[in-house]
Amino acid sequence: MSFAANFPLFCIVFCLICSVVSSLLNGKVARIITLLLSIVVMIMSIFVMLMVHLNGEPITYIMGHFPHPWGNEIRMGLLEPFFASIFSLILFLSLLGGERHLSSDLDVKKSQFYYVMTDLILSSFLVLLYTNDIFTGYVFIEICTLTSCGLLMIRQVGRTTLASIRYMIFSLIGSGLFLMGVIVLYGITGHLLFPNLHEAIAKLNVSGEYKIPLLTSISLITVGLSIKSGLFPFHFWMPDTYGYATPSSSGILSGLVSKVYILYLLKIIFNVFGTNVFYNSGIQHILFWFGVCAMIIGSIDALKENNINRMLANSSAAQIGYIYMSIGISPTLGVVAAIYHIVTHAFTKPLLFITSSRLCDAANGSKIFHDLQGKARKYPLTGALFTIGAFSMIGIPLTMGFISKYIIATSAINTEGMIVIPLIALALSTILNTIYFGRTLIRIYTPSDSETCMIKPKVSYLVSTIVLALINILTGIFSTPLISIIQQRLEFFGKVG
Amino acid sequence: MLQSLWNNRVMVVAVILFAVGFTTLLLHRNLIKKIIGLNIMDTAAYLLLTSIGYIDKNKAPIIVDGVTDPSVYVNPLPAGLVLTGIVVSVSVTAVLLALTIRLYQRYHTLDLDEIYMIARNETEKKEDKK
Repeated sequence: MSFAANFPLFCIVFCLICSVVSSLLNGKVARIITLLLSIVVMIMSIFVMLMVHLNGEPITYIMGHFPHPWGNEIRMGLLEPFFASIFSLILFLSLLGGERHLSSDLDVKKSQFYYVMTDLILSSFLVLLYTNDIFTGYVFIEICTLTSCGLLMIRQVGRTTLASIRYMIFSLIGSGLFLMGVIVLYGITGHLLFPNLHEAIAKLNVSGEYKIPLLTSISLITVGLSIKSGLFPFHFWMPDTYGYATPSSSGILSGLVSKVYILYLLKIIFNVFGTNVFYNSGIQHILFWFGVCAMIIGSIDALKENNINRMLANSSAAQIGYIYMSIGISPTLGVVAAIYHIVTHAFTKPLLFITSSRLCDAANGSKIFHDLQGKARKYPLTGALFTIGAFSMIGIPLTMGFISKYIIATSAINTEGMIVIPLIALALSTILNTIYFGRTLIRIYTPSDSETCMIKPKVSYLVSTIVLALINILTGIFSTPLISIIQQRLEFFGKVG
Repeated sequence: MLQSLWNNRVMVVAVILFAVGFTTLLLHRNLIKKIIGLNIMDTAAYLLLTSIGYIDKNKAPIIVDGVTDPSVYVNPLPAGLVLTGIVVSVSVTAVLLALTIRLYQRYHTLDLDEIYMIARNETEKKEDKK
């Protein structure tokens, strides 16, 4: 095993050390440390990805020289470092893009704590992606909840405090159910490590013992994690949470935090239950139907909103629906589509939140559509970037969003008995998307005489949004390699190594 | 049926407590009671874990008199998990209480619905002014 096998552990430990050190420094230095940290994590993850690619199979890294079933392990397939690099890149770009708002929203004396939270949240992303132990996953799920609550309430308006307490309540319900599921699973198998659990569950499945506890545990874990990622009908905290947070936080929360729970759920489905057991249990139908409802109801809610950030937040609820519907379709094509859509949404939503915050700046900070009229004409570049994001969410060709909708549709067509409903839901949701994003675009491009405050854009803002938009378009045009990579890597995800 | 319920009485109690905590956390309007509900829910989970992990008449896993036969002792792992879980729930409770204090200072009530109404009216007023 080469030296690079230590990198995931190094990344996690670096994040934890940086978060402790940042709390002692002043805000500016802490900011630089966090930005550097996310770049370092991204580079290291790319190294890990190359190493696993050369190695040809997943690598299991044993912590503290205790072999399984006693010790704790880190597992590196190809998807884990791939997502680690993408997530750290998006974290970096979101922090860069929202710089102006961060400096105005944060209390100068306390601004270093924001970066403590971002370091910790990056570490929890990494652990949730890499860990091979279900209880470690639980602990870091809670750390992720607490830190995302911190990211939210750092902007001290009454509404954000209220939003964070509602967010906490729903998250805690989710993690309570998840913990119960883990305990039931531990009770029937006696293991906590993924490979041992997988073996024990396969044996139980053959012998038919403990059928009901196994089903209970599968459903508790699935429901718990889907509540945490904001699947319908538990998406009511989303508009408040994403709508009133500072733009960087909105980008991180909607683009990354809700996605990492879905990825962890996929990891559990593939590595613990096995696709056979999971897709025979019937739980995927529940995910499928709630996903369909989320797609339509989230879009209708977005249509009703009068506030641009709350509209984007409701659109997030709909996108989560797309992902869960694809997971419900099939374990092969459907999950590939789901993973592609996770990437799409993770790149698009931060772009939309950051560019919309600049449009709101032009309207003196107002987020109401009426005040935003004509702002894209005053800020042509921001308008264009927002348009790219909106097109990607609608699914116009040449953007990532088109490809992800296209593969969701093909996965539905190629799966028996799943053709009609996903296609109808996709069509309905796309029409609704077009209506509310079209309305927004028309509004911001309609000429208006109202006053506009012209603020010079910061270089960091320009860099981050342009990079996000470029990635969006490039992956939209050259999508075939990415899809084949995901397909090929998914096999690695499932292989128990 | 009754016999098996009696045999698994600790688990039954744990599930009932979990349900009580869960519904309080989800449905109760008072913030402090919500937090109490959260703690009941977590405690129920730990009760279940401890009851699964404990084997009657076995000793704590500390080697005394050189007996190394594992069948005499209880597996220490569930207790370790419970301890970790308690640490997690303490920190979560602390954050929730801090948030509650801040909300109470701003809105002078603990009723979540009322707070929500006040907050919404405030935002609407602001939007009307503009």
